[in-house]
Amino acid sequence: MDVKEIIKEQNLVYKKTLCMTDETLSFCPGCGHGVIHRLCMEVVEELDIQSDTIGVASVGCSVLAYDFMNVDMTGAAHGRAPAVATGIKRCWPDKYVFTYQGDGDLAAIGTSETIHACNRGENITIIFVNNGIYGMTGGQMAPTTLEGMKSSTTPFGRDVALMGNPIKISELVAQLPGTYFVTRQAVHTPLHVRKAKKAIKTAFANQKLKKGLSLVEVVSNCNSGWKMEPVAANKWMEENMFPFYPLGDIKVEGKLVSLS
Amino acid sequence: MGELKLLKGNEAIAEAAIRAGTDAYFGYPITPQSEIMEYLALQEPHKRTGMVMLQAESEIAAINMVYGAASTGKKAMTSSSSPGISLKMEGLSYLSGSELPCLVVNIVRGGPGLGTIQPAQSDYFQATKGGGHGDYRLIVLAPASVQEMSDFVILGYDLAFKYRMPVMILSDGLIGQMMEKVELFDPISRNTVFDQSWVVTGKTPNRERNIITSLDLDPLKMEQHNLHLQEKYKHIRENEVRYEMLDCNDIDYLFVAYGSSARICQKSISLAHEKGIRIGLLRPITLYPFPAEIIAKLAEKVKGILSVELSAGQMVEDVMLAVKGKVRVEHYGRLGGAIHSPEEVLEAFKSIFLNSK
Repeated sequence: MDVKEIIKEQNLVYKKTLCMTDETLSFCPGCGHGVIHRLCMEVVEELDIQSDTIGVASVGCSVLAYDFMNVDMTGAAHGRAPAVATGIKRCWPDKYVFTYQGDGDLAAIGTSETIHACNRGENITIIFVNNGIYGMTGGQMAPTTLEGMKSSTTPFGRDVALMGNPIKISELVAQLPGTYFVTRQAVHTPLHVRKAKKAIKTAFANQKLKKGLSLVEVVSNCNSGWKMEPVAANKWMEENMFPFYPLGDIKVEGKLVSLS
Repeated sequence: MGELKLLKGNEAIAEAAIRAGTDAYFGYPITPQSEIMEYLALQEPHKRTGMVMLQAESEIAAINMVYGAASTGKKAMTSSSSPGISLKMEGLSYLSGSELPCLVVNIVRGGPGLGTIQPAQSDYFQATKGGGHGDYRLIVLAPASVQEMSDFVILGYDLAFKYRMPVMILSDGLIGQMMEKVELFDPISRNTVFDQSWVVTGKTPNRERNIITSLDLDPLKMEQHNLHLQEKYKHIRENEVRYEMLDCNDIDYLFVAYGSSARICQKSISLAHEKGIRIGLLRPITLYPFPAEIIAKLAEKVKGILSVELSAGQMVEDVMLAVKGKVRVEHYGRLGGAIHSPEEVLEAFKSIFLNSK
């Protein structure tokens, strides 16, 4: 069978969504960002909303999201994505507006913008990738870095007496009346990928209801920042991140479902 | 003739914002400019024109909401006063780098730090030289009357969209708070058509996706982007200089003053004329681009130039650069929210240039 035979339509088992560009991903091998990017764009394609979708890239490893996501995008200053998304959504209330932010961006420098966009119930979607570290700048402590976890600015482990405790943003914003859907997902196994995609799809589709903000936290790995091989990083994530950041829905249709 | 109203400077800006077809205003309270947002709230602009008005959680959030709205091609604005404008500097740098049009109003108060709520002109450097990081400029308009507070909203948007860049109206607590008769322009409809070559409104099949960003990791591409911005600023310097001359024929001395100081100097000049001292006034309307050429021309005719500003002497540096040492240039101004009287300005002039008390 030659190549032409293989690429026939009836032999097609998988195709990259057209909502992703052909640009080679800049992420480290084993990183979850690529999968999360793809899930967001598959959702945009499946909901058929590419022509009505505006993304907001943030600062961190997701800074170049607009190179890979084939939708109109604007790049926000560090932490300001929810404010930028607010400006867009208020002007175009019927468009689908989402931010794609890491934990340093969303939970440290952008805490104020995050809390207030959630509290106002902006009808936007926030994709929050939590890998417990500043990946782009070389593995410094993030607000989400676990107790005792090593980073380049906590080389002997995070001492919570000195540096404070890791922050659970999703549980925090779920308390606000403005959030409609808050969930925590992962993408390290096919099962988790399917669950995460379903959650992202719900979070995007919710915008039509105009009932408030939807936030999907994805607990992910950072092999480079954690100084681990990809498989070891995923195992470490299961054993250490998930107990502190338990997976599952936190708020569905405006109602709290569980509190860890 | 347009509708006549007696308005505060701040109210005139707010009314003009609605009439100019502003799509979105994002603000945060700070004295002495809070009337802008209060007036807008009372006017219910969403009912009058469909305009969005949102009180943000901070000045930082407000300027970034402007960034979002401007990304979509909408007419967006924010206003604040000095300490709040300092917080917006990050946003202004990004708006400039991303080439987004918007209108930013600074009703200047005394500084540094929390300073005072009284009028000052000590944000000149910040407004005209950058303020945020990187090689960028704002077009800076300096209204000297409540009428110009209204008129410059229209002018500001025109320039912002013509050059795709932020425009600042640099006023102060004096012009913002004082009431004057103002002739309002007829309302302009909000835009319904957007330039699809750059706005982010959703990628349609008939065009490539649009990206708004100030980032390029390739230094050579970033250099090209910077050169493009500098070319734009050069064009602006050559084409957008605005100023007003008052009594500049047959003069021995020249005052250079903008905004509230220009109003004060107007009176100082007529006091001088009564005493037979021939002083003219050059009032820069655009602080960037600065009217350097006309000042250089006038410098050839006079014995000295006094730059008058409610500051320790900021604009005077641009006057000196324009004059290039051809004639003596000095600065006078009260500081930290104190306002010089016309008599004080004239006395200062006499003591500096005429060696008399």
